Amino acid sequence: MVDIRIPIGLMFTIIGILITVFGFATMSNTGMYQKSLGINVNIIMGILMLVFGLVMLYFARRKKKV
Amino acid sequence: MKVDLSWIDYLIMIIYFLFVLGIGWFLRKFMKNANAFLEAGRSMPAWVAGLAFISTNLGALEVMGMTGSGMKYGMLTTHFYWIGAIPAMIFLALFMMPFYYGSKARSVPEFLKLRYDEKTRGLNAILFAVMTVLASGISMYALAILMENVLGWNFNMSLWVSALIVLGYTYLGGLSSAIYNEVLQFFIIVIGLLPLVFLALKDVGGWVGLKAQLAPISQAKGFAADTFTTTWKYSGAAGSNPLGVEWFGILFGLGFVLSFGYWCTNFLIVQRAFAAESKAAARKVPLIGAIPKMFIPFLIIVPGIIALALFNNPGIDFAKNFPLDAAGKPIYDYTIIMLLKQYLPAGVLGLGITALLASFMSGMAGNVSAFNTVWTYDIYQSYIRPRSGNEEADGKHYLKVGRIATIFGILLSIASAYIASKFGNIMDFLQTIFSLINAPLFAVIFLGMFWKRTTGHAAFTGLLAGFLLALLHHGLTIPDGATTLVKGGWIAVLHTYPVEMAQNFWTAIIAFGVSSVVTVGLTFVTRQKKSDEELHGLVYSLTPRELNDSHLPWYERPAGLAILVGVICIVLTIMFW
Repeated sequence: MVDIRIPIGLMFTIIGILITVFGFATMSNTGMYQKSLGINVNIIMGILMLVFGLVMLYFARRKKKV
Repeated sequence: MKVDLSWIDYLIMIIYFLFVLGIGWFLRKFMKNANAFLEAGRSMPAWVAGLAFISTNLGALEVMGMTGSGMKYGMLTTHFYWIGAIPAMIFLALFMMPFYYGSKARSVPEFLKLRYDEKTRGLNAILFAVMTVLASGISMYALAILMENVLGWNFNMSLWVSALIVLGYTYLGGLSSAIYNEVLQFFIIVIGLLPLVFLALKDVGGWVGLKAQLAPISQAKGFAADTFTTTWKYSGAAGSNPLGVEWFGILFGLGFVLSFGYWCTNFLIVQRAFAAESKAAARKVPLIGAIPKMFIPFLIIVPGIIALALFNNPGIDFAKNFPLDAAGKPIYDYTIIMLLKQYLPAGVLGLGITALLASFMSGMAGNVSAFNTVWTYDIYQSYIRPRSGNEEADGKHYLKVGRIATIFGILLSIASAYIASKFGNIMDFLQTIFSLINAPLFAVIFLGMFWKRTTGHAAFTGLLAGFLLALLHHGLTIPDGATTLVKGGWIAVLHTYPVEMAQNFWTAIIAFGVSSVVTVGLTFVTRQKKSDEELHGLVYSLTPRELNDSHLPWYERPAGLAILVGVICIVLTIMFW
């Protein structure tokens, strides 16, 4: 029917990029990251989601070729 | 206590909405008949159905309720997972799924029709339909009120918008769309709540720091210092732990009756396994779901326990702003959103809120897709318009009925959301409903699968008697300090339980006990109307043994997976004993 890994991969890739970019853009805003104990969680989670999204897309693609 | 969301948070939510609706839109062209729409054409791979299986269970009530319970009962809340879910999931996979899937029944009520008779099916179908609508209404209400109080969203708007999105994708793509979206929602929930767990743990100084902070709080409540960070250690007597239940009640009430009743007979869960592509895949579904299920406590209960420590630190905003009820006690349903607000900056905050919305949608879509199947097959097709014999025309007709039922299911849920209002801890109330409906059902299905003599009349009476006696028990007892009749004692008060949880466990035990005794007793005095031929594939002793799967690697075999799940569960239990 459809490989669910494709929409999951796409969504996490898009949101991952978005949050990573946002994280870098707000890097100098230390007030904002006081909540998260001074850690820029946006960059960390953004990259994590991007990697997860790409892994999903990779597996979906690999299956198609077989 | 309002929290302001920024544009990025809304943008993340909108991207998520577009994807869930997009999946429904993409699947709409595959919905050619009722079979595709209501049963997903029995074509789902085991891992997809397995994640959907656990995601349906991970609804808004589960996330909000379990985080709240973590704050209320501490680590003892994990009893709802390690003892209260895993054993039942293993049992379902190994012993019940072969008969469920092999019977070709399209729903749990239909299994009752095949195994017993029409009236047993009818009773169950109607009770189930009412229950699903009620449950999704309660969860919709809970979420909308939370969003109103914390995010300032208009109550009516968040209610209707979230309901319409669920309607959109379930109407378009039916069960397939619900299942695919549940997989997507599962990942969003896990990833969205992940930063919260790490930041909260880091803040309190890790598990060791948390234990140290909780010791004086625990002692102030009259418990041993490590009560909130252990599970079984203080279950020797009901009064020595915050749950208020002793080991027997936990083991038998929660671990056996409530848990087996919920996991093994609740159609909205079992339906995900019915949609699997083969009997072998269907047996693996609950086991694949069990693996993430064992670790969900770290995602939602541990933050709740941390909330208890934060709440007792009067210097911080978290404690100052935590919403309290009239009696000055914290309103536990707010725990999760208060934590999100405490730790997450814009960006990941949107992700966290999206995770909450995703959990709501997965639970609601589960209810709706189970409701429309039971309505179409077990009520409409059985009592209103039976099959005509023309398969193609029937498939189209029932597809239309299924789609209309989807709309009505959502509208009825919205109606019950408006009715649902003054219930304390939502989880406790839901437990009451489940114990009234599922516990007797488990007794009847279990006896039917493993004792070929069990008769239809006996099952019907057993189901009804269990339900009514449980209701009577609820009407005659109250938890200590109850002020509303919703909590029990609406006939007279004969017994007072120390806490509501204990009352619920005992209601379930009584429902199960009465139902079993009545069904067994009446079976001896009534005649079996079904021949052995008819019961082939439905009863253990009349079904030929499974094909040999010993040529497969252990992780491809249900028994191998079951052992893996069991071992991990035991290790976790010992680690947090």
